[in-house]
Amino acid sequence: MSETDESAADGSTPVEETATGAEPPSAEDDAAAGGSSPDPDLTDVMGAEADTPAGDDGDRYAPLEVEGLRKEFGGIVAVDEVSFDVEEGTLTGLIGPNGAGKSTTFNLITGMLDPTEGTVRFNGEEITGLQPHEISNRGLARTFQIARELEEMTVLENMMLAPKGQIGESLWRSVMPVTRGSVREQETDQLERVWEVLDFFEIDHLAQEYAGNLSGGQRKLLEMARALLTDPDMLLLDEPFAGVNPSLEKRLIEHIHELRERGYTFLIVEHDMDLIMNNCERVIVMHQGRILKDGTPAEIKESEEVIEAYLGGEV
Amino acid sequence: MSVSETYVRYRQTLSEEPLAIGVLLVALWMAWSLVNGLLTGGIQVSSLASLVWDGLLRGLIIGLAGIGLSMTYSILNFANFAHGDYLTSGAFAGMATSYLVAGIGENSVGALLLVGAGGSVFGGALGIGVTTAPIAVVFGALIAGVATIALALLIDRFVYRPIRDESGIALLITSIGVAFALRYLLQFVFGAGVRGTTAAGSVPRVSVPAIDGTFRVTAHDISLVVVAGGLMLGVHLLLQRTKLGKAMRAMSDNEDLARITGIPTEQVIRTTWIVGAGLTGVAGYMFILWKGTLGFNDGWLLLLLVFAAVILGGIGSIYGAIGGGIVIGLTASVSVIWIPSEFGRAAAFLVMIVILLFKPEGIFSGRTTA
Amino acid sequence: MSATDIRGLIQGLFERDVTLVLAVLGTIYLLYVLAGVAFGYGLRGQLNSIANLTFYIGVFGMLALALNLHWGYTGLFNIGIVGFMGIGVYVTALVSKPPVAQGGAAQVGGFGLPLSVGIVSGVVVAGLFGLLVALPALRLRADYLAIVTVAFSEIVRFTMMSRTFQTFTVPDTVDLWLFTFDPAADTVGLGGGGGLILNYPDPLEALLRSLFLWEPYLGLIGFVERNYIPNNPKPVLDGVLYGVLLLIGVGLFYLLLSRTGKSPFGRVLKAIREDEDVANALGKDTDRFKLTAFVLGSALMGLGGILWYSSRGSITPPSFRPNITFFIWIALIIGGAGSNTGSFLGGAIFAGVLYEGPRYFKNLVQTAFELGDAPRNFGEAMAGFASLDPMPFVLYTLDSISQLRLVIMGVVLIWLMHNRPEGLLGHRKETASSVDLARPGSAESTGKPAAADGGEER
Repeated sequence: MSETDESAADGSTPVEETATGAEPPSAEDDAAAGGSSPDPDLTDVMGAEADTPAGDDGDRYAPLEVEGLRKEFGGIVAVDEVSFDVEEGTLTGLIGPNGAGKSTTFNLITGMLDPTEGTVRFNGEEITGLQPHEISNRGLARTFQIARELEEMTVLENMMLAPKGQIGESLWRSVMPVTRGSVREQETDQLERVWEVLDFFEIDHLAQEYAGNLSGGQRKLLEMARALLTDPDMLLLDEPFAGVNPSLEKRLIEHIHELRERGYTFLIVEHDMDLIMNNCERVIVMHQGRILKDGTPAEIKESEEVIEAYLGGEV
Repeated sequence: MSVSETYVRYRQTLSEEPLAIGVLLVALWMAWSLVNGLLTGGIQVSSLASLVWDGLLRGLIIGLAGIGLSMTYSILNFANFAHGDYLTSGAFAGMATSYLVAGIGENSVGALLLVGAGGSVFGGALGIGVTTAPIAVVFGALIAGVATIALALLIDRFVYRPIRDESGIALLITSIGVAFALRYLLQFVFGAGVRGTTAAGSVPRVSVPAIDGTFRVTAHDISLVVVAGGLMLGVHLLLQRTKLGKAMRAMSDNEDLARITGIPTEQVIRTTWIVGAGLTGVAGYMFILWKGTLGFNDGWLLLLLVFAAVILGGIGSIYGAIGGGIVIGLTASVSVIWIPSEFGRAAAFLVMIVILLFKPEGIFSGRTTA
Repeated sequence: MSATDIRGLIQGLFERDVTLVLAVLGTIYLLYVLAGVAFGYGLRGQLNSIANLTFYIGVFGMLALALNLHWGYTGLFNIGIVGFMGIGVYVTALVSKPPVAQGGAAQVGGFGLPLSVGIVSGVVVAGLFGLLVALPALRLRADYLAIVTVAFSEIVRFTMMSRTFQTFTVPDTVDLWLFTFDPAADTVGLGGGGGLILNYPDPLEALLRSLFLWEPYLGLIGFVERNYIPNNPKPVLDGVLYGVLLLIGVGLFYLLLSRTGKSPFGRVLKAIREDEDVANALGKDTDRFKLTAFVLGSALMGLGGILWYSSRGSITPPSFRPNITFFIWIALIIGGAGSNTGSFLGGAIFAGVLYEGPRYFKNLVQTAFELGDAPRNFGEAMAGFASLDPMPFVLYTLDSISQLRLVIMGVVLIWLMHNRPEGLLGHRKETASSVDLARPGSAESTGKPAAADGGEER
């Protein structure tokens, strides 16, 4: 799995090479025009396809493997014996009534909580019990249920924060006269990519705004854009459509589909059953901390137990 | 400010284990050296008893003042750095009253009200003491409580209430401003000097025998125990038996919920100040009566110990504040067996820091709030 | 570069912080010079007054900048500043005091190393204590961190006062496995309640000598003595020079900290202040950033302490009471936490108006009106009202200005928290990036705010 580490470690540099090397005219055109038209070529925008780790061993490769996950809070079992895989390049939905343990599962995967039992593997490597930043640096990015913007930072600052491998994150490199030049250089390169992603999500007109001034839906967009800039293999979205108006919701869904086609893998926690049923190719239903059903939307719709769980509890 | 709520992997780093072992080793060494000292006669039982008694009394004062701090900390959600100066204010108000009651007629009212600022009147000459001037002391204690309540309500109305919805940190910073203004106003009015306030020589005392000697108990010690014990019992009854007490407990658990369920929050906040400030004022007065000197800095110097007690006991728990106060008082006094006496308070702070690191919810947590 | 470009540049300059800083400093200095004129100061008096003002602007500016790194950028609620200052200056004294335990007041010696070594040691040790505090305490809630840090600073002060650490006898030779030292020191220590006499060479002289500027400086003094200030102008000129050096120091602090802020490092600090979980989820090892920021800030506070106290004749523990910490907090809040320019201006305004201002006001009143002696206490002051004479009260108030100054500070702090929690200068935008974040190739500048359109899309 060393290949994974490598791609994570120098994630940002090859990206730039691809961006400028592969199709220089497009990049320049865009910069010169300064327009906000979304770049048609996503390969260029995102730099590269999401890294394909560990080679292509068929279409059954599952970057995220969760096994026997269990979490207790002072005797109360919030998540019990949860196991599932998420296959590469898919859009998988995780649904369930309130209190089903969806968000806890998310927090267990992303390292915000430590599981009582069970393992989480990502790209074949065990990540159980790692710190959130270690997991993020392995290519598993997340968004939060209630969009958590860095309110007193501008949209641009929010975006510039995200990329991995920023040499200027070392205090001394940022401060010393000799090395500051290279920090500025890297930041300039990174800035181009930031603007491209802003364009892609069509929030470039908000770039100078404080994140705290954004509407709920704009925050969701910003949060996804920011997560994307960490150059992940897989994105975990926690209720990305909550509090988003219908037109923006449609746009968000389009973006997600577009990114999935580029090879990104998604796991989405969602409350709204219809959204998941219409957009995911696979759905996992949780109820009372356990997995109730795991299958295609069609199978889920047929399932008696799911209907019962939803009708029995609140939707 | 982000308070990491979900990010609970806190105490999992390298700092934990070695520190825990270190604390254990220190505790073992302390126990061994105490036993060894007692056996070899290096430490006298009577002097140990005297230290424990002193620590207990100190702890009662800290605990009494701590109840108020703990209540405002949990219900208003901020660390009130002016709390120590509330205590000083109560002490000055109470002592001024005692001076006035004890010395009216023979001395100028102004000098009495200023608690003998600039050496115009001396508490010793007035015979301030629980046996020599009991009425003056009773009035002093009462007025100390009442004046502190009035002060706290006034400050709340004009300083804290307009920014009630701000973060706890904003309120904390504001309380530093209140502390400054209050402390140096006291100095402006009452002067910077530390004055003797009691007729120390005429306070009755008994020598209590301990194995190899005696230790001293004075009438002021006893009155402190009686007053502190009585007030603590009173607060217990107030919170357990009355509807208001229940509302206060509900609010300290979850303010939003309390508001939704129709608990009149402003009224509860007012009551919190009344109970907390009243106890603090009386604690200040008893403290001054007990130690026999009064200066404008007294409350501020006590404040960190009170914080230590509240944190030790778990913020929001009055039993915790009392227990924490006694532990902190004992630590500050008894620690001189092992370390130089200058570091008594430092030892108490250290206990607080260790508790914050290992059990930030306090050692008495798990009990019901209030 | 065309004329319009240049004009644009100058205009830009005026919209910038430089102008603001110069305007604020200019106003403060002007007021002080005018006060000096009112007092009838000669050149010596004016220079003394200016030097004194500059000194406090310098030290408060520096310390507010250092605190801004902790609180303004990272959101670390440190109210133990004075502890780090004390550690800095005590270590400097210990290292650089001459080894000979002279009789009299200077009973405790030091290691007799050059002052430069002493200063570096002081800064390093202050930073190390920052690490010691930060390692366990950084995971605490902000209010708990506040209590821990203030308790730490009090422990430092108790240690300074302690008899236990008053004196130590240094052995003649120290064997450390492979190395053998022969320390020059004889007895060292913290001096207890009496403090330490700073009998090392004058820092100014040491600095000038090392730069080979000592002789020219003496020449300058001679020149001033012959032409402007007869009899011994050296202390005055020393004061002015030290003030100027402090301002240079502030400049270096500012440069260091604004580079720190305007960088990816500073961006992560800001993110931690806003929401630590988010920064962590974005792959930032937040503990490492907090630790680095706290240690750097503590070291700078140590340096601030050294620059404040090392030019004094002696240091005593009461100088290191928590009040100093709160002064620096007030300075930072005046200027607005989160902005480096604001921090410095806050320090300058605090020093000029709140810290030194009341004393000047008192002197001004006393110069303007022939006033009698003030009453000794509040009672006598109030007694005047019985005969409808407010003068005793006024006199007492003036006489107590050094205490009332702290009352004023408290009230100002409360007022700021009510009305201008973002600082007197309002919200200041300092983008955390080493480059302009405008769209590359576009003419947009970062300063121009985009139109705020709530939920409107496309």
